[in-house]
Amino acid sequence: MPRSTTSVATMKNNTATYARKATVIFLLALMAIFLTNSFSQTGSLAQAQTQAQNSQSPVGAPLGNSSDSDMWRAVKRGDRGNVSIIDKKSGVLIQSGGQFLRDLRNGPMFSYGAAAIIGIIALLSLFYMLRGRIRIDSGKSDVTVTRFNSFERFSHWLLAISFVILGLSGLNMIYGKFLLTPLVGKSSYGDIAMAGKWLHNFVAFAFILGLVLILIIWIRHNFPNRHDIVWLLKGGGMFTRGTHPPAKKFNAGQKILFWLIILAGASIALSGVSLLFPFQFSLFADTFEIINRLGFNLPTELTGIEEMQLSLVWHSVVSIFMVCVIIAHIYIGSVGMEGAFDAMGSGEVDKNWAKEHHSIWVDELESKERAKAASKQVAAE
Amino acid sequence: MARMRFLSDAERCVECNACVTACKNENEVPWGINRRRVVTISDGKPGERSISIACMHCSDAPCIAVCPVDTIYQTEIGIVLHSKDLCIGCGYCFYACPFGAPQFPQTGNFGTRGKMDKCTFCAGGPEEENSEAEFRKYGRNRIAEGKLPLCAELCSTKALLAGDGAVISDIYRERVINRGFGAGAWGWGRAYPNSGS
Repeated sequence: MPRSTTSVATMKNNTATYARKATVIFLLALMAIFLTNSFSQTGSLAQAQTQAQNSQSPVGAPLGNSSDSDMWRAVKRGDRGNVSIIDKKSGVLIQSGGQFLRDLRNGPMFSYGAAAIIGIIALLSLFYMLRGRIRIDSGKSDVTVTRFNSFERFSHWLLAISFVILGLSGLNMIYGKFLLTPLVGKSSYGDIAMAGKWLHNFVAFAFILGLVLILIIWIRHNFPNRHDIVWLLKGGGMFTRGTHPPAKKFNAGQKILFWLIILAGASIALSGVSLLFPFQFSLFADTFEIINRLGFNLPTELTGIEEMQLSLVWHSVVSIFMVCVIIAHIYIGSVGMEGAFDAMGSGEVDKNWAKEHHSIWVDELESKERAKAASKQVAAE
Repeated sequence: MARMRFLSDAERCVECNACVTACKNENEVPWGINRRRVVTISDGKPGERSISIACMHCSDAPCIAVCPVDTIYQTEIGIVLHSKDLCIGCGYCFYACPFGAPQFPQTGNFGTRGKMDKCTFCAGGPEEENSEAEFRKYGRNRIAEGKLPLCAELCSTKALLAGDGAVISDIYRERVINRGFGAGAWGWGRAYPNSGS
């Protein structure tokens, strides 16, 4: 049997056979890297060699009793050798984690992502056909109250516009090649994608700022209270005409949306920064370490490239989820409900709309005004 | 039809790095980019092996699969090439590639990625063959000149082979049979006269 029939060209075929079990292999590969590291540290290769010589057995391969196959297997699992160039990371001959990225990105992420976005639009259309536009039951009153001041609206639109730009340029990275290239050609699409990448990289900072602003101005209105349970049990009154469960400035649905945006947005921002400054952070190793305290056994030794692969997948998956959530938010804030857009448009909402959807908030406003008027009167007298 | 391949014989590579230097010189590769590198495993230990590695020009290339634009493509003879005009520098190909072949010179703001650069099997790019533009972006197009990649052409121990996959496989197979292995290797009896073989 020839000792060294392995070439890099044939090792590639081995990689392909693992394609279907990508996730499992990925985790195994991580573990293998960890194991091979500790293996070389203990110097068991050298020990095996000495043992082979001591036992007077015919000395075969220069590796003693350990085989070439073991060595190549370690290489396939990401064993790192020496290089004389500056970039020592390039000592890794083969990294198999890329297969996991490829399988997920071109497989479930692509198809389920498209299905989710088309699905949410279909659901909303169905809802619109069945329920129609949610009207102000008591009609317009010609009296308005201030719902959001200019700073609140600025923060909202900063976040909203940046999210739309990021969402479109991000979706373009997944679906653009298949949707736009046939329409505009490869060369023009290259320019579009390039512009999209620059927009994505820079608008990201506006998004992060918007996220911080809404957190600061709205967090105090978004802690759950007892009215939220009633609101949720009644489905927010969305499915039945004339039902209007009481709510403060934000109802339970808006609170859920707020916390989804804050948490998912922060997660997207963190993984995005990790993608923007590649190989600078150990985001997932640190996160896994925290999760492991809850009894999980996730790998905490990740190479730079595995960090990047995980960041890319996570960033995309959470973003597609948020795109679906925001499509629903845009629907209910525009065509879905009469009078809702004014809250973020002019900031002035119809008083009847406010009474129906945020009854406690209106009561609080009115009692505050009465108190103010009373104290003014007292002062005047 | 010929199918171009690289084959690196780990039993022959002596880590001289001539392939690396030749590649850099022939293609005038940008600073900080190594289209080819030599990796030594178990360096300084028994069983040390060196391998010269670059883009392996995969049949079902992961880089082509994950590229969000149409930068990377495969020629009829299996060479994986890239178009620097279409590349947006997203880095996905680098994350997907098992061999770390695609690389990015840092040119953008905050040192972000520029256009991808990788081994072209000395076959240039989509530009007109042997044109000035092609050379500037991708390096020499030796394939168009009827020559093989320089790294393999000047390998002193012929550890690195490049060319038609069928031909270089035959060369390698013949080599493995002739050199034997272990106690049956060529010259073993002379080196260890008392070993009994």
